[in-house]
Amino acid sequence: MAFYESVIITRPELTDTQIENLIDELSQIIINEKGKVVSIENWGLKNLAYKINKNKKAHYFMMNLDTEPSAIFEFERQMRINEDIIRFLTIKIDKINEEPSILNVIKNNDTKTQEENTI
Amino acid sequence: MSDFRNDNSRKNFFKRKKNCPFSGPNAPLIDYKDIKLLSRYVTERGKIIPSRISSISTIKQRELSKAIKRARFLALMPYVSS
Repeated sequence: MAFYESVIITRPELTDTQIENLIDELSQIIINEKGKVVSIENWGLKNLAYKINKNKKAHYFMMNLDTEPSAIFEFERQMRINEDIIRFLTIKIDKINEEPSILNVIKNNDTKTQEENTI
Repeated sequence: MSDFRNDNSRKNFFKRKKNCPFSGPNAPLIDYKDIKLLSRYVTERGKIIPSRISSISTIKQRELSKAIKRARFLALMPYVSS
Protein backbone atom coordinates (compact mmCIF):
# COMPACT_ATOMS: atom_id res chain seq x y z
CA MET A 1 0.00 0.00 0.00
CA ALA A 2 1.11 3.53 -0.70
CA PHE A 3 -0.20 6.99 0.01
CA TYR A 4 -1.49 9.19 -2.76
CA GLU A 5 -2.83 12.69 -2.95
CA SER A 6 -5.18 13.51 -5.78
CA VAL A 7 -6.43 16.99 -6.65
CA ILE A 8 -9.42 17.00 -8.98
CA ILE A 9 -10.82 19.98 -10.90
CA THR A 10 -14.39 19.78 -12.15
CA ARG A 11 -16.64 21.93 -14.31
CA PRO A 12 -18.07 24.99 -12.52
CA GLU A 13 -21.67 24.16 -13.49
CA LEU A 14 -21.85 21.21 -11.12
CA THR A 15 -24.06 21.57 -8.05
CA ASP A 16 -22.95 20.60 -4.55
CA THR A 17 -24.93 17.37 -4.66
CA GLN A 18 -23.44 16.46 -8.03
CA ILE A 19 -19.96 16.96 -6.60
CA GLU A 20 -20.82 14.79 -3.61
CA ASN A 21 -22.06 12.09 -5.97
CA LEU A 22 -18.86 12.37 -7.98
CA ILE A 23 -16.73 12.05 -4.84
CA ASP A 24 -18.75 8.98 -3.78
CA GLU A 25 -18.32 7.49 -7.24
CA LEU A 26 -14.56 8.00 -7.18
CA SER A 27 -14.28 6.71 -3.62
CA GLN A 28 -16.18 3.58 -4.65
CA ILE A 29 -13.54 2.83 -7.30
CA ILE A 30 -10.82 2.91 -4.64
CA ILE A 31 -12.87 0.83 -2.19
CA ASN A 32 -13.60 -1.77 -4.87
CA GLU A 33 -9.87 -2.19 -5.39
CA LYS A 34 -9.44 -2.76 -1.62
CA GLY A 35 -7.99 0.66 -0.96
CA LYS A 36 -8.89 3.29 1.58
CA VAL A 37 -9.98 6.89 1.21
CA VAL A 38 -8.29 8.54 4.17
CA SER A 39 -9.72 12.03 3.82
CA ILE A 40 -11.51 14.32 1.41
CA GLU A 41 -11.12 18.07 1.29
CA ASN A 42 -13.48 20.27 -0.65
CA TRP A 43 -11.86 23.57 -1.62
CA GLY A 44 -14.98 24.83 -3.34
CA LEU A 45 -15.28 27.08 -6.38
CA LYS A 46 -11.99 28.79 -7.17
CA ASN A 47 -10.77 31.14 -9.85
CA LEU A 48 -8.45 29.49 -12.35
CA ALA A 49 -5.13 31.20 -13.06
CA TYR A 50 -5.83 30.71 -16.77
CA LYS A 51 -8.79 29.47 -18.80
CA ILE A 52 -9.25 25.73 -19.19
CA ASN A 53 -11.79 24.69 -21.82
CA LYS A 54 -13.19 28.23 -21.72
CA ASN A 55 -13.85 27.95 -17.98
CA LYS A 56 -12.70 30.77 -15.73
CA LYS A 57 -13.70 29.07 -12.49
CA ALA A 58 -13.78 25.50 -11.33
CA HIS A 59 -14.56 23.32 -8.33
CA TYR A 60 -11.54 21.84 -6.59
CA PHE A 61 -11.35 18.92 -4.25
CA MET A 62 -8.56 16.78 -2.88
CA MET A 63 -8.60 13.12 -1.91
CA ASN A 64 -6.00 11.43 0.26
CA LEU A 65 -5.77 7.75 -0.64
CA ASP A 66 -4.06 4.69 0.76
CA THR A 67 -4.16 2.03 -1.93
CA GLU A 68 -2.26 -0.26 -4.23
CA PRO A 69 -0.93 1.35 -7.42
CA SER A 70 -3.30 -0.78 -9.51
CA ALA A 71 -6.28 1.05 -8.01
CA ILE A 72 -4.80 4.36 -9.13
CA PHE A 73 -4.73 3.12 -12.72
CA GLU A 74 -8.45 2.43 -12.67
CA PHE A 75 -9.13 5.63 -10.71
CA GLU A 76 -7.32 7.76 -13.31
CA ARG A 77 -8.86 5.88 -16.25
CA GLN A 78 -12.34 6.62 -14.93
CA MET A 79 -11.47 10.27 -14.42
CA ARG A 80 -10.24 10.58 -18.00
CA ILE A 81 -13.60 9.22 -19.22
CA ASN A 82 -15.68 11.49 -17.01
CA GLU A 83 -16.47 14.73 -18.82
CA ASP A 84 -17.26 16.66 -15.62
CA ILE A 85 -13.62 16.39 -14.60
CA ILE A 86 -11.49 18.86 -16.51
CA ARG A 87 -8.16 18.12 -14.86
CA PHE A 88 -6.62 15.99 -12.13
CA LEU A 89 -3.22 15.45 -10.57
CA THR A 90 -2.32 12.40 -8.52
CA ILE A 91 1.00 12.30 -6.72
CA LYS A 92 2.57 9.77 -4.40
CA ILE A 93 3.37 11.12 -0.94
CA ASP A 94 5.46 9.77 1.93
CA LYS A 95 2.81 10.26 4.55
CA ILE A 96 -0.60 11.79 4.78
CA ASN A 97 -0.69 15.13 6.52
CA GLU A 98 -3.32 15.10 9.25
CA GLU A 99 -3.76 18.87 9.29
CA PRO A 100 -5.99 20.50 6.69
CA SER A 101 -4.04 21.75 3.69
CA ILE A 102 -3.26 25.43 3.27
CA LEU A 103 -5.86 26.06 0.58
CA ASN A 104 -8.58 24.70 2.85
CA VAL A 105 -7.43 26.90 5.72
CA ILE A 106 -7.47 30.00 3.49
CA LYS A 107 -10.96 29.16 2.29
CA ASN A 108 -12.24 28.78 5.85
CA ASN A 109 -10.66 32.08 6.88
CA ASP A 110 -12.25 33.80 3.89
CA THR A 111 -15.72 32.57 4.77
CA LYS A 112 -15.14 33.65 8.36
CA THR A 113 -14.16 37.18 7.38
CA GLN A 114 -17.10 37.37 5.03
CA GLU A 115 -19.43 36.34 7.82
CA GLU A 116 -17.91 38.96 10.07
CA ASN A 117 -18.44 41.58 7.40
CA THR A 118 -22.11 40.71 7.02
CA ILE A 119 -22.62 40.97 10.76
CA MET B 1 50.26 50.54 -8.61
CA SER B 2 49.73 46.84 -8.45
CA ASP B 3 48.50 47.19 -4.87
CA PHE B 4 45.91 49.71 -5.93
CA ARG B 5 44.60 47.41 -8.64
CA ASN B 6 44.24 44.59 -6.17
CA ASP B 7 42.31 46.76 -3.78
CA ASN B 8 39.98 47.88 -6.51
CA SER B 9 39.21 44.38 -7.68
CA ARG B 10 38.51 43.37 -4.11
CA LYS B 11 36.05 46.23 -3.73
CA ASN B 12 34.14 45.29 -6.85
CA PHE B 13 33.82 41.69 -5.81
CA PHE B 14 31.56 41.69 -2.81
CA LYS B 15 30.61 38.46 -1.19
CA ARG B 16 26.93 37.91 -0.58
CA LYS B 17 25.83 35.78 2.31
CA LYS B 18 24.61 32.43 1.12
CA ASN B 19 21.65 31.24 3.09
CA CYS B 20 18.98 29.07 1.61
CA PRO B 21 15.49 30.00 2.88
CA PHE B 22 14.39 26.35 2.71
CA SER B 23 17.32 24.87 4.67
CA GLY B 24 17.74 25.03 8.41
CA PRO B 25 15.50 24.15 11.34
CA ASN B 26 12.64 26.61 10.83
CA ALA B 27 12.45 26.37 7.05
CA PRO B 28 8.99 26.15 5.49
CA LEU B 29 7.99 22.98 3.65
CA ILE B 30 7.73 23.31 -0.12
CA ASP B 31 4.20 22.35 -1.12
CA TYR B 32 2.51 22.90 -4.48
CA LYS B 33 -0.66 23.98 -2.66
CA ASP B 34 1.07 26.84 -0.84
CA ILE B 35 0.61 29.52 -3.49
CA LYS B 36 1.56 32.36 -1.19
CA LEU B 37 4.98 30.85 -0.60
CA LEU B 38 5.58 29.82 -4.21
CA SER B 39 4.57 33.18 -5.64
CA ARG B 40 7.53 34.75 -3.83
CA TYR B 41 9.88 32.78 -6.08
CA VAL B 42 8.45 33.74 -9.47
CA THR B 43 8.81 37.02 -11.34
CA GLU B 44 5.90 39.32 -12.17
CA ARG B 45 5.74 37.56 -15.50
CA GLY B 46 5.40 34.24 -13.74
CA LYS B 47 8.88 32.91 -14.48
CA ILE B 48 10.76 30.94 -11.84
CA ILE B 49 13.54 33.03 -10.29
CA PRO B 50 16.97 31.41 -10.78
CA SER B 51 18.61 30.02 -7.67
CA ARG B 52 21.71 32.19 -8.14
CA ILE B 53 19.51 35.19 -7.36
CA SER B 54 17.28 33.70 -4.68
CA SER B 55 20.24 31.79 -3.10
CA ILE B 56 18.22 28.60 -2.74
CA SER B 57 20.25 25.40 -2.56
CA THR B 58 20.28 23.18 -5.64
CA ILE B 59 18.25 20.42 -4.03
CA LYS B 60 15.59 22.82 -2.74
CA GLN B 61 15.45 24.71 -6.04
CA ARG B 62 14.64 21.44 -7.81
CA GLU B 63 11.90 20.75 -5.28
CA LEU B 64 10.58 24.30 -5.62
CA SER B 65 10.48 24.26 -9.41
CA LYS B 66 8.60 20.97 -9.32
CA ALA B 67 6.07 22.47 -6.89
CA ILE B 68 5.61 25.55 -9.08
CA LYS B 69 5.06 23.39 -12.15
CA ARG B 70 2.45 21.33 -10.32
CA ALA B 71 0.68 24.48 -9.17
CA ARG B 72 0.69 25.75 -12.76
CA PHE B 73 -0.81 22.52 -14.06
CA LEU B 74 -3.65 22.80 -11.55
CA ALA B 75 -4.26 26.43 -12.60
CA LEU B 76 -3.39 27.63 -9.11
CA MET B 77 -0.59 29.72 -10.62
CA PRO B 78 -0.30 31.20 -14.11
CA TYR B 79 2.16 29.99 -16.74
CA VAL B 80 2.40 33.59 -17.97
CA SER B 81 0.94 36.68 -16.40
CA SER B 82 1.17 40.08 -17.99
